[in-house]
Amino acid sequence: MTLIEPRKHGDASDGSLGRHVARLDGRRKITGAATYALEQPVENLVHAVLVQSTIASGRVVSVDKAAAESSPGVLMVLTPDNVFNMMVASDWNGNRVDKVPYLPLPAEVNYNGQAVAAVIAETFEQAREAARLIKVQYEETPATTTIAEAGTGKVTGPMTVEWGDAEAAFEAADITIEAEYRTPREYHVPIEPHGLIASWQDDQLTIWEPSQWTHGMARTYAEWFEIPFEHVRIISPFIGGGFGSKGGAYFYGAVAALAARELGRPVKLAVTRSQGFTAYGGRASTRQTLKLGASADGVLQAVIHRGANETSTYAEFHESTGAATPIMYAVNNFSSQQSLIKVNTVTPGALRAPGKNPSAYGIECAIDELSYAVGIDPLEIRLRNYADHDYQSGKPWSTRKLREALMTGAERFGWSKRSAAPRSMRDGRTLIGWGIGCGTFPNLTNSSEAMIRILSDGSVEVESAGIDMGQGTYTIVAQTAADALGVGVEQVDVKLGDSLSAGAPVAGGSMLAGSITGAVHKAAQAAREELIGLALNEQNSPFATSGANTLVIENGRIKTSREDGPSMSIGELMAMLGRESLEVKRNTLPEGTTPEEKQKAWTHMAKVRGPTAGDFSIHSWGAHFIEVRVDEDFGTVRVSRIVSAFDCGRLYNPKLAESQLRGGIIMGIGQALLEEGLVDPRNGRVVNNNLGDYLVPTNADVPLIEILSVGEPDFEASVLGGKGVGEVGIVGVAPAIANAVFHATGKRVRDLPITLEKLL
Amino acid sequence: MKDFTYSRAASLEDAGLRAKEAGVLLMAGGTTLLDLAKCGVTEPDAVIDIGRLAGLADIRLSDDGLHIGTLARMSDVADHQGVKSAFPAIAQSLSLAASPQLRNMATIGGNLLQRTRCAYFRDPGAFPACNKRQPGSGCSALGGVTRNHAVLGTSPHCIASYPGDLAAALIALDAVVELQDRKIPIANFFLEPGDTPHIETVLQPGEIVTGLFIPASPAAHCSTYLKVRDRASYEFAAASAAVALDLHEDGRTIRDLRVALGGVATTPWRARSVEQALIGKTLDESNVAQASRLATEGAVPHGDNHYKIDLVPRVVTRAILTLGGLA
Repeated sequence: MTLIEPRKHGDASDGSLGRHVARLDGRRKITGAATYALEQPVENLVHAVLVQSTIASGRVVSVDKAAAESSPGVLMVLTPDNVFNMMVASDWNGNRVDKVPYLPLPAEVNYNGQAVAAVIAETFEQAREAARLIKVQYEETPATTTIAEAGTGKVTGPMTVEWGDAEAAFEAADITIEAEYRTPREYHVPIEPHGLIASWQDDQLTIWEPSQWTHGMARTYAEWFEIPFEHVRIISPFIGGGFGSKGGAYFYGAVAALAARELGRPVKLAVTRSQGFTAYGGRASTRQTLKLGASADGVLQAVIHRGANETSTYAEFHESTGAATPIMYAVNNFSSQQSLIKVNTVTPGALRAPGKNPSAYGIECAIDELSYAVGIDPLEIRLRNYADHDYQSGKPWSTRKLREALMTGAERFGWSKRSAAPRSMRDGRTLIGWGIGCGTFPNLTNSSEAMIRILSDGSVEVESAGIDMGQGTYTIVAQTAADALGVGVEQVDVKLGDSLSAGAPVAGGSMLAGSITGAVHKAAQAAREELIGLALNEQNSPFATSGANTLVIENGRIKTSREDGPSMSIGELMAMLGRESLEVKRNTLPEGTTPEEKQKAWTHMAKVRGPTAGDFSIHSWGAHFIEVRVDEDFGTVRVSRIVSAFDCGRLYNPKLAESQLRGGIIMGIGQALLEEGLVDPRNGRVVNNNLGDYLVPTNADVPLIEILSVGEPDFEASVLGGKGVGEVGIVGVAPAIANAVFHATGKRVRDLPITLEKLL
Repeated sequence: MKDFTYSRAASLEDAGLRAKEAGVLLMAGGTTLLDLAKCGVTEPDAVIDIGRLAGLADIRLSDDGLHIGTLARMSDVADHQGVKSAFPAIAQSLSLAASPQLRNMATIGGNLLQRTRCAYFRDPGAFPACNKRQPGSGCSALGGVTRNHAVLGTSPHCIASYPGDLAAALIALDAVVELQDRKIPIANFFLEPGDTPHIETVLQPGEIVTGLFIPASPAAHCSTYLKVRDRASYEFAAASAAVALDLHEDGRTIRDLRVALGGVATTPWRARSVEQALIGKTLDESNVAQASRLATEGAVPHGDNHYKIDLVPRVVTRAILTLGGLA
């Protein structure tokens, strides 16, 4: 059910934007008409299959590929012995070490499941069978396979956050709690597995690959092969979920493109579901200790946080367990440190709400523990310590309707009927618990560009390299353009996911919607002005003699503001003008941006503005109210009811925003109760690397989820007033469930997931 | 996967003859075969499809009992009204197994013969040692990730658990497995691993399960299958119990009781000591809880799976009490 009412805000005269428009690409998806990357009909295609290492650490000494090479249909076997003239690409921020050769299949083995060879054959089946015939000789070296055996790691200095005197305030506090919280390795497991088709025409490379960032990936391929950016075309019109895993080009893309170049034929490389567990990184395993000190009436005096996450032995990835900790509550004494612990894993990556997610798990469980230690309600303790400004940056919030989220959510959930004591609510042998968890995600901003094309029949095309991985970009772009132009949504055709198109930032960090709508709005307004100008100035135009000095466009008709004045459809105007099309391209970069800077804006992250880059601290907020039912004999936890209230600013399309938030919440259920990469400590293998054993929620695990929106437009956050939606949905779900489990059972489980044996 | 030939069996006799050849595997629903071929665990040279043979998919209820043809789909049996009312444990064990898509494809005979979910069995590339796959090569599960491995019926050579649900209900209800030329009580059908974990049943080369017979009984009529797992659907059991109960006319003295376990043993596991401890006794919570502890007699934990030893008696207790109207 939806509780979000269409809101009427903004300067597009409350047209389509803000309304519950159904997903425009939905029909194509459910009828199979939407073509995903690996379904592209490409002629003369051959197939590549990866071979992954079975040791955690060491070196490939030799690869026996004779059997594979003589296997039917095999065209090529790539091993660490093959050296191609490729160069290391720059990182996300644009830093690049010049002239360092790039080896997509290095001999050095850093983790179990690292690719050590690839087989290319006429058919997928032939390639897969030949891949099994590859025999790799390794020289093994000792490995550290899990965070548990890896020691304490190294503190990352720049991530330290301190103000006041946290140690002293903690010592002096009336009431203190201290607890350690752990999260395991988690995986994206998007329904569409990874992979690509790579095809060369001379020195032009076309890649069909699911992409959250076509510009960034095109830049990487271009740098690898040392060809101009414009010579690479990433095509990614539909993506079956990414959750952070499809933001960059990975080694296997290089393998496929290399093979395609060497063979002179297009190459398809499908990363299998099992290979996907190590072909790119999931969420790092984390642990964090929280010490909270409070006065007897529950007012926070000190927060001390010490966190750590695993990273690989060859690169650093920060899953900052202190990312949300400093901004959730009012506290005058704060200390946070984050350490990195090297283990033999693929380098972890960004997974929905990186940092904020495990961070909120820690602080939101800790505040719950404090509420019991003090003896006040978990809702009340959050209100009592409500942060009226950002204590970390010292800046005012742009908007922070977290109080409204808490109050509205509590009211809808019926929180006041909660019986305070653990184990005090039951239904037969089923213990019932209610918990709260709050969430946040920073508002990141970047510029975008959009092309508006008005065709002779009056229809409108909008083009952007930005993508839609299910979150609704197609729909909100059409709504934005329709409103600004004065046409119906059905008149607008949106083309997304092509790196040769107008620039867009990554669909990550919840930043695309705010960015792309800004550019589309600007371009569409400019197109509208141009249409009106042409209508007024064309010699034969009825408007030229109407005496009007401006015109309006409504429902696809251009007219004077006087009711009895002339009027014509946009198509009729185009015919009168004798124009096949009218193109307007605009971007939201600052005036005077050079072409080089413009290129960098969308191919790197360096231009992304953080939440406190300006005068305000800008974030999305959420509060989850969750009921669990725990079988007291079996320890099985089922989530039975969720009410979640969010402040994401203005919602461009509440139906789709709600869907995205709900998806995040469902992922949070998996994180809380089911998901855990199980690593064999002896060789670092992820042993549950399939969807039969790595459990994500089924429909039967998902209860009624009510979504409430308490946000108001925040024009500090974006041109049209929205804040990020994509990630905040998951943040706070796991602690809400963990807190509800404690309320139900009296047992505090501090390591996720909360599987049944932890409650027996 | 390795190339193989595919052909359809002309008859049961034809299939039986060809299945005696090395490298030949039979296929019915194909759900297990495809899965294991993709893992590289099974590498048939030839696949003989018996899925279209006529007359092997019937579900027949009589006063004597229930006959299920080997090619009946899991979903057909699970949704069969007669099975649901006369043999509820059978129907429940099937509807709680796998996913709807798999239940629509998988057959009863194939379900019975499904292989273990042991991660080490399923990953020959990374774990060459597996006595079930390669006799004498060792057991990679020992010392590994063992949360879902067996605590009952294990040996130093194998701790892989039998994953199926239906078989637990069958063993509780004294089903008979029908082959072309003989019938085998299901209690004698599955083999504990011992030092030959690669031999999982008494089936001889060329023998094909043609059907199952489950004798009718008052207990079968009052039976249930209780499956406990972390995920609400589409997960193998952390522990399950198939229980059938018949009470004397006084409504409280136990005349007949059958208890079988799933998800915790190397084979479908009959817990006869629980039955013997309770038959003739009064059905009450304390008697049942005490007797249910016998279900894990002789259980041996391996690392992460010790919780199953705590869990099993609770599952058995709940199942019995539920049937007795006390839970």
